[in-house]
Amino acid sequence: MDSQEIIEPFARMLNAAVGPAEVREAERSNSLGAIWDSLSSSGYLDALIAEDRGGAGFGLADVFPLLALVGAKGVPAPVGETMIARALAAEAGITLSDGPIALATGQVDGQVVTCARVAQQILYDNGAELVLLAAADCSLRATGIEFSLAARADLSRIRGQILPRPAGGLLSIAAILRSILIAGAANQLVEQSTVFANERVQFGKPIGRQQSLQHNLAVMAENAIAARIAAQLGAAGGLAPSLAAAATAKSVSSRAAALIANSAHALHGAIGISEEYDLQLLTRRLHEWRMADGSEGYWSGLLGASRLSCPATSVDWVRAEIFA
Amino acid sequence: MFDSLTLASLPAEDDDLRLMVRDLIVNHIKSMPLWRRARSWQGFSADFSKALGRAGLLGLTIPKALGGHERGPFARFVVVEELLSAGAPVAAHWIADRQSAPLIMSCGTEAQRERYIPGICRGEILFCIGMSEPGSGSDLASVRTRAEMVDGGWVVNGQKVWTTNAMHSDYMIALVRTSGTPADRHAGLSQLIIDLKAPGVTIRPIVDLTGDAHFAEVFFEDVRLDGDALIGQEGEGWKQCTAELAFERSGPERIYSSVVLLDAWIQHLQACGRRDAATLVGRLTAELATLRAMSIACTSRLAMGESPVVEASLVKDLGTSFEQELPLVIGDDLAAHPDEPVSDELYQTLMYVTHIAPSFSLRGGTREILRGITARGMGLR
Ligand SMILES: Cc1cc2nc3c(=O)[nH]c(=O)nc-3n(C[C@H](O)[C@H](O)[C@H](O)COP(=O)(O)OP(=O)(O)OC[C@H]3O[C@@H](n4cnc5c(N)ncnc54)[C@H](O)[C@@H]3O)c2cc1C
Repeated sequence: MDSQEIIEPFARMLNAAVGPAEVREAERSNSLGAIWDSLSSSGYLDALIAEDRGGAGFGLADVFPLLALVGAKGVPAPVGETMIARALAAEAGITLSDGPIALATGQVDGQVVTCARVAQQILYDNGAELVLLAAADCSLRATGIEFSLAARADLSRIRGQILPRPAGGLLSIAAILRSILIAGAANQLVEQSTVFANERVQFGKPIGRQQSLQHNLAVMAENAIAARIAAQLGAAGGLAPSLAAAATAKSVSSRAAALIANSAHALHGAIGISEEYDLQLLTRRLHEWRMADGSEGYWSGLLGASRLSCPATSVDWVRAEIFA
Repeated sequence: MFDSLTLASLPAEDDDLRLMVRDLIVNHIKSMPLWRRARSWQGFSADFSKALGRAGLLGLTIPKALGGHERGPFARFVVVEELLSAGAPVAAHWIADRQSAPLIMSCGTEAQRERYIPGICRGEILFCIGMSEPGSGSDLASVRTRAEMVDGGWVVNGQKVWTTNAMHSDYMIALVRTSGTPADRHAGLSQLIIDLKAPGVTIRPIVDLTGDAHFAEVFFEDVRLDGDALIGQEGEGWKQCTAELAFERSGPERIYSSVVLLDAWIQHLQACGRRDAATLVGRLTAELATLRAMSIACTSRLAMGESPVVEASLVKDLGTSFEQELPLVIGDDLAAHPDEPVSDELYQTLMYVTHIAPSFSLRGGTREILRGITARGMGLR
């Protein structure tokens, strides 16, 4: 199956199930309603499970366009997270129920967990093993951020089902997932902003005719493509990514996320600040994904420490550690 | 948005080229000081270029019958990456190998190919690019240098400027007006291969702010050329130039110009045992890796026979921004540690790159022009 064959039915399903109205409804009610039924009955949640374990046998790079679309639509559900959790469980011969699963990679109680308010379970990496927790046991509480589906959670003392922990832990995989979501949303924001710039008229012509805005949009596009390619470098390692590839993906995409979110707002003017306008559905998520599972500074620090421990030239080091 | 720029990998069969390049580099540059290697692709050595030719490392995209190696753009990427990473002096053959040879292959006659290509592949025939003029920089279509058809040959009058390596080159591929006036813009422009030893050609090197003289002004006074000096079609010069610029802008030299400095700084940090710059090192390394992947993605478009004009502009803009940031953040880091000794070599390299860096986003088309091309590709113009 090539990537077009994977993406088309998924895109059709997602377009039917999730639009801005459904995103807002989920954020208002803290529940996914029919969105999750569509996702789970589609079979795509098992995309990353090996064929001999009853899944579709795709790698993270194969489902990249699917997850980028999840990012582009601001889907308010932990789609990629659930795919990853189900694949890790299947490796150990464990079949999970169909509910949405959030990922938690921090080591403090009260950590902010993306999508926790709509998750049934939380897969938590405590540094030694992966523990699958019932969300209801995790003392979830609101972050106080209006519209956000993230929640604070206390995880360290809760018992749950133990899953095998991948060699590099859950953090690298989660960071790569965030980078793919960022890449999808960033691309969507550049396209949306370009359309807006060609439509909004000031001084008697579309604002997109102003050279300064053309250049800002060109820079947004450059950064969106950098985020996409960095995320692809991360995804190439599947569910066993190297630390260096994960760091590259998240460092570059997190930096791009903030830049693109802010440029998109600058270009839209006041309308983009209003709740009613859809821009905020993506820009809020970009900021959340940027900070989830390690910001650009976190990953740059790890990558730099690794780089400084090796005498090779930069080109050789990058080839061996990131492109391997 | 620009979906064709997607992760591509270098074919494994080109990996053998790395060892060949390294063997050659070791002999030629081991005694070169760091600040000379930091000249990157502005470093000139006719001997080194000939040695590359002898080793079969030039003309990698050219058919064997014409002295090339029929290996394609990925092989060229590998060789170029090795050369730039080491800071080898590649300027002599650079322009001929990168853009003149592909232009002659795609637009030239059989006779022109046989005349120029084998020598380019040997690293012996050197070319320069005659686009810019005193009154025509970004607005290239306004060039005033004229060529008139007289007795089946051409007579050229006018002036080019900023011509890299004109004083070392055998030929210039010049964009000239062959009919109409500058008001006709893109119509009436043609490309000519000008023999720089012809009577009436005067070349004056221009010294830059670092004391180097890598470019020159070139004057043409009734320079007579044969009829077959015309390359491609008369009046098609603009279109040919645009295709040529895709080769000029898409290579890894647009991300690696400061990489010798980056490596020298990392070595300095390692020697001092200092870890407080790890986050900066990591960010720069992540950006370098991403730019490399973007550059390979561009190369894969060339390998598919496309002319990735917009993609090349976008990668060049991001790449030169990276190249220009390096000396600034490295300078900040070193000067924030006044108690730490910095070697002469590193200091000279840093200051050389600091001073020359503004040229990175001028040569090959300015930042503003590239962003305009990208914006057009996005449907904004
Ligand atoms: C190291 C080096 C090597 C070079 N080698 C060669 C060579 O081998 N052959 C050759 O032909 N040329 C060469 N050039 C020249 C180079 O191509 C030109 O410098 C470049 O095209 C810009 O032209 P200009 O310098 O005349 O600047 P100008 O075009 O005068 O530009 C000045 C400023 O105005 C801006 N500007 C101009 N037009 C616009 C616009 N429409 N919108 C917004 N901003 C605008 C520019 O971006 C720039 O910031 C070289 C230049 C350098 C620095």
